[in-house]
Amino acid sequence: MAVTGGRPRLATHGLRVSLGGTGVLNGVDLEVGAGELLAIIGPNGAGKSTLLRTLDGLQPSYAGGVEVDGRPVGGYRRRELARVVSFVPQNDVPADDYTVRAFVEMGRYPHLAAWSALTAEDRRAVDEALELTEIEHLTARSMKTLSGGERQRVWIAAALAQGGTILLLDEPTSFLDYRHQVQILDLLGRLHAEGGYTVVAVTHDLNGLVADADSVLGLVDGRVEFSGPPAALFDGAVLARIFGSDFVLVAGGRHGLPLVMPARVGS
Amino acid sequence: MSRGVGLALVLAGAVAVILAAPLIGPVSLPFSVLTDPFGADPSSRIFWQIRVPRVVAAFLGGAGLAVGGAVFQAVFRNPLATPYILGVAAGASFGVAAVARIGVGVVILGLGLQSWSALAGALLAVAVVWLVTKLRPDAATSTLLLAGVSLNFFFSSLILFLQYTASFADAYRVLRWLMGGLGGVDASAVVQMTPFVVLGMAVIFSFGRELDLLATGSELAASRGVAVARTRTTLFVATSVMVGGVVAACGPIGFVGMMSPHICRMLLGPGHRLLLPASAVFGGAFLVLCDVAARTLVAPAELPVGVITAFLGAPFFLWLLLRK
Repeated sequence: MAVTGGRPRLATHGLRVSLGGTGVLNGVDLEVGAGELLAIIGPNGAGKSTLLRTLDGLQPSYAGGVEVDGRPVGGYRRRELARVVSFVPQNDVPADDYTVRAFVEMGRYPHLAAWSALTAEDRRAVDEALELTEIEHLTARSMKTLSGGERQRVWIAAALAQGGTILLLDEPTSFLDYRHQVQILDLLGRLHAEGGYTVVAVTHDLNGLVADADSVLGLVDGRVEFSGPPAALFDGAVLARIFGSDFVLVAGGRHGLPLVMPARVGS
Repeated sequence: MSRGVGLALVLAGAVAVILAAPLIGPVSLPFSVLTDPFGADPSSRIFWQIRVPRVVAAFLGGAGLAVGGAVFQAVFRNPLATPYILGVAAGASFGVAAVARIGVGVVILGLGLQSWSALAGALLAVAVVWLVTKLRPDAATSTLLLAGVSLNFFFSSLILFLQYTASFADAYRVLRWLMGGLGGVDASAVVQMTPFVVLGMAVIFSFGRELDLLATGSELAASRGVAVARTRTTLFVATSVMVGGVVAACGPIGFVGMMSPHICRMLLGPGHRLLLPASAVFGGAFLVLCDVAARTLVAPAELPVGVITAFLGAPFFLWLLLRK
């Protein structure tokens, strides 16, 4: 479970973001404690990815407060923030022809000076990241030749090599087949439970990632529609309010939670 | 082929081309000129005062254009998006044509007005490209390439206007220069060009890691700690300086900047800390080679080297377009 108490590692207060004159986030309050796993859910266009990008300081203009370890995110230098927060964007497209090792080493950027080579410390961080994500056997492969599941693990490894302990992931299990989904969920579970990482993941995977989470934030039209533990989320009325669709709940999910699936008319 | 073999090939090829090039030309030279740099003998003068500076100029020019191409290809994540295609060379050409039309010969800080105006033209074109990416940050590369095409047309129209209103002799001079050539290049052109190329490369080479990250996407680069806006601006200015300096001396030579980094990437992989210097060496040697062809193919007459690079480069461009 989450380590509660103490200062939140991530926080937003009345966060508003508009893109092209349209409000994407309309007053979002959020707190993520140290070691917590937060799942962000909601329908397409609810502002989930924008919220995630804002937490990593990638959204240039916003109103309200965004804090990382108690400091406004805008007050960090990019390098400094990169040593605290790592972002794994949606990566449904293959990266360039870099080798897996070269790509993961790029994660060390915030620790390197312009002309300096990797230090022993950098190599250790890269090796650890490769080991944690179980991709040591892929290091010499080109990024172009990886399967979706391998690629996702490489992207997570690069984020871990960055050295921060806050991990932001945008739909980490989308585009993956079931075996690779399970691998990524296990990996995130290990990072969260054993690695002490604070994890925020945008996801549609209610029975997997959301069920594993300590808490869930449900966004609708840029507003917080739900905030609480997964047990409180798994309720037909709550889910219908968030997704605008009816759900069927049956027993047998993870952690004693029900399994949920969208109900179809006529079924 | 391993990357070590690729690197050895590029280096060995470049050294061979650079050593052989000054000995090749419409007049055959004896090897004895090598030991006689200040001789009064015509062969020795041709070698040391005409061919060697020309080879050096071709190498510097090719190197500068190739590195500029590598930078733009990484920043825009597209092998077709080079300074030449995006109108930077055309902007520099307009600067040179404007000075030629006005006909003022002023030297500022030891460099001719032609160099400074080429630099200004290059910066103007880059500013337009920068504005497009600023106003449409998520624009597809095709948008950017089309913006480059329109920028090229715009500068062409300005140059045509200048030519049309110029005297016949001035117009011909500009036209000849626009074809891109090293015919009139001498030691003083090398002196004019060197500071631009060296300064630009010194800055660009220190951004190898940033270029690697930008090539994987600007948002990811920012997330990994790159100050993206500042890095891009620095790289754009450095590239403009370099391309402006080269164009002022050699004219707008096309396609070297596109082909060289692309071929080096296939041989050596995408890592910029190796790719940038390798592209410089490859591009330099490539232009030296093209220039050898330019002065021997129709000897005793000479072709503008831009004719040769475009003849090779345009099909290469098509191949890149069709490959995907």
